[in-house]
Amino acid sequence: MTTKETSTVVQSAPSVTSYLKSHMRDYGMLIALVVIMGMFQFLTDGTLMRPVNLTNLFLQNSYIIIMAIGMLLVIVAGHIDLSVGSVAGFVGALAAVMSVNYDLPTIVVVPVCLVVGLIIGGLQGYWIAYWKIPAFIVTLAGMLVFRGLTLALLEGQSVGPFPKSFQLLSTGFIPDVFGVGRPNVTALVLGVLAASAIVFLAARSRSRALKYGIQDEPFSFFIVKNALVAIAIIYLSYLLSTYRGLPNVLMTMAVLIAIYTFLTNSTTIGRRIYALGGNVKAAKLSGINTERLTFLTFANMGMLAALAGLIFAARLNTATPKAGFAMELDVIAAVFIGGASMSGGVGKIIGAVIGAFIMGVMNNGMSILGIGIDWQQVIKGLVLLAAVIFDVYNKQKAR
Amino acid sequence: MENIILEMRSITKTFPGVKALDAVNLKVRAGEIHALVGENGAGKSTLMKVLSGVYPHGSYEGDILFNDETVAFTGITDSEEKGIIIIHQELALVPLLSIAENLFLGNENVEGGVINWPKTYSRTQELLAKVGLKESPSTLVGQLGVGKQQLIEIAKALAKDVKLLILDEPTAALQENDSAKLLDLLLEFKAQGISSILITHKLNEISRVADSITVIRDGASVSTLDCHAQSISEADIIRDMVGRDMANRYPARKHPTQEGHLGKTLMEVSRWNVWHPDALDRQMIHDIEFNVHAGEIVGIAGLMGSGRTELAMSLFGQSYGKNIQGEVRLRGEIADLSTVPKAIKSGLAYVTEDRKELGLILEETIQTNTTLANLDRVSSNGVIDGNIERQVSEDYRQALNIRTPSVFQKVMNLSGGNQQKVVLSKWLYSQPDVLILDEPTRGIDVGAKFEIYSIINELADDGKGVVMISSEMPELLGMCDRIYVMNEGRFVGELDKADASQEKIMSMIVKA
Repeated sequence: MTTKETSTVVQSAPSVTSYLKSHMRDYGMLIALVVIMGMFQFLTDGTLMRPVNLTNLFLQNSYIIIMAIGMLLVIVAGHIDLSVGSVAGFVGALAAVMSVNYDLPTIVVVPVCLVVGLIIGGLQGYWIAYWKIPAFIVTLAGMLVFRGLTLALLEGQSVGPFPKSFQLLSTGFIPDVFGVGRPNVTALVLGVLAASAIVFLAARSRSRALKYGIQDEPFSFFIVKNALVAIAIIYLSYLLSTYRGLPNVLMTMAVLIAIYTFLTNSTTIGRRIYALGGNVKAAKLSGINTERLTFLTFANMGMLAALAGLIFAARLNTATPKAGFAMELDVIAAVFIGGASMSGGVGKIIGAVIGAFIMGVMNNGMSILGIGIDWQQVIKGLVLLAAVIFDVYNKQKAR
Repeated sequence: MENIILEMRSITKTFPGVKALDAVNLKVRAGEIHALVGENGAGKSTLMKVLSGVYPHGSYEGDILFNDETVAFTGITDSEEKGIIIIHQELALVPLLSIAENLFLGNENVEGGVINWPKTYSRTQELLAKVGLKESPSTLVGQLGVGKQQLIEIAKALAKDVKLLILDEPTAALQENDSAKLLDLLLEFKAQGISSILITHKLNEISRVADSITVIRDGASVSTLDCHAQSISEADIIRDMVGRDMANRYPARKHPTQEGHLGKTLMEVSRWNVWHPDALDRQMIHDIEFNVHAGEIVGIAGLMGSGRTELAMSLFGQSYGKNIQGEVRLRGEIADLSTVPKAIKSGLAYVTEDRKELGLILEETIQTNTTLANLDRVSSNGVIDGNIERQVSEDYRQALNIRTPSVFQKVMNLSGGNQQKVVLSKWLYSQPDVLILDEPTRGIDVGAKFEIYSIINELADDGKGVVMISSEMPELLGMCDRIYVMNEGRFVGELDKADASQEKIMSMIVKA
């Protein structure tokens, strides 16, 4: 029923609480992340936020987050990719064989591996997009195939260690150009720059929205929100600066998040992926090349899985046959915790990233507390379920 | 007033922030057909949901009396037990189950938990006979057309010992002879003492079968009319529905064909042949030839299944069919319409029949939907300019009078008429020369229809060519300059506005 058509013309400034209530879906998971971090910070007597642990937290979750970015696009397009863990493992193995067994330089290995990932994703995407074979089946096959190929490539052995240059992918840090070292001034400067950039962009889009009279966010809420975000970023970079500075991986991640957020929000390709996932028939009849878009989405996923595989291998400094095992499940969970819809068309990059951090902080926090892997799984499963229920509940309430 | 079977007294139902029903009264006599009319969003469906227990007792105010006793339904099973059965607009049938299985779904003929199939089949045959179907009980429902499925729904209601049958726009998706069959069935039920409530937008149906009429407007019952006590004109009903006089259901326009100055030919289709996408030996479209001039509205009449939509979709980027042959000239030049993007670029637009399934991204905003078919125009180097995009959609919102607070509203929250305007915005923004409109007013209330008609007229006045496909013959007669008549994939006739009539169209179809 659409009886409210004419009733909501009067736009009085809503109160902060009512605004928050009506936007619970947008902020719910961010609040959950903050609460979870606070809880573990308390339970672990402050270990969680120690610079060393914080650095580890980023290193440990970088590959999940990178894959979650690609997976978000796949899921928004209305598909799923079960093969990403195996593909990451396979690419890690390929990198190890090239670097260790054939002594190829990192500068060659990395691009080759990314292209291999792109081709793998493209191959799977080809069957899904042009032959209309369900993604679940194609990527389930891919998961088995690349798990097997990983084993074959490594001949059942672990291969390592990687040369120094390759390890930098994961364990490297941005050097302090100001030469102080500790605290790492570069990290601080970059943190402040990132925070100001975010605040600047938010203020600019708000002023535009105000100009068109389409802003319903209370001013106080806007100030508090951005202040908190800026403080959080600067505080995090300060913490990191007291250890070894910003990890390379963090920069890679930040750049990827920025690029893909822009892609989904502001480009025609992004818009069309959402349209395709929202209603494929309508998208097609609107002149959108849905097949090519699906194909590209999977090719992109393959490339990001390859990047994640490289980072993972570099972090362990060895490629093992088990690398990437079951990783796809964490990635998919992260995307759904972040508010994406199973039926496609809905989801945000930043949501997937927050989802991945929720999983990551829980893994990390529970490990510090010494909770066994058995109960960790149980709790993670329940969190996934709770997050999706929360999302569905808010959606129903909004109707 | 004698023998009231149902009385709903000052029903008030509020949703958060919205009063959907405000002290609505409804009285249905035993053994009558009671029409419930009102614009989309007036509250008809909400009222029926209150009646059937979808909104349980306690979630609304007011009383419901059924057979003189106050009832308090907490769910749909309660109301069905009393014999109140509602058939929703969206059919609730399982396509992959047989007719027999569907008829007794949730109401199986069981003995100790085991289904008695012989009994099920024989009862199915009885029920099918009652609704005039000759299908085998083991036929899968998915193989039947919409008209027959609708009859299956009614048979399903009969299987439950129905006393009051509620039909929510049962004929919206039906073509004329199927609608007629369904209405005859209602009259038959009436003779057997079964009362019905008929929700519909089609006023001719009301004048044909209804004994009394309740008009609802903006969540309140406006009037109850007794069709036997007084003579009621369609204009009366329309006035009550929209709260304003609507002297003419079709806005006036200078018809260029009548004035004798036709614009130049915009689109010319010749020897167009299309085969079925799966069964390659079945030819769906046979040697179609037609043309559209600038400033002209051309109608395609025909029954459902005559191939109108197939023709339109095969022209529009070969979205339907295989082995397509023929030639299309746009502005005199041969056009390549082999893909949808090419068709759009050539200046063709196709407003689909089913706006929810094929026309809109329901989860997205008005703005996103408006620019979807021409994103390149609001972007440079693949980056969308949000300001231009907002301006464009805002312009269309105002031009087409889409009633919503902002273009950031998701289209799933809009009424049917407003959704259709969003679809039109999308295709207007693709800057076409020729628009093919497939059932542009299906499921839309009278007021919104008038607005859509006005928009179509403006398009023609702007020199665009319009092809209008419709199942409602009065609509074609009221709007079009020329009408092609289609039957079984062929054009069987062409009529000028001056000598077109429903009888002529029908006879062309029947004689073909």
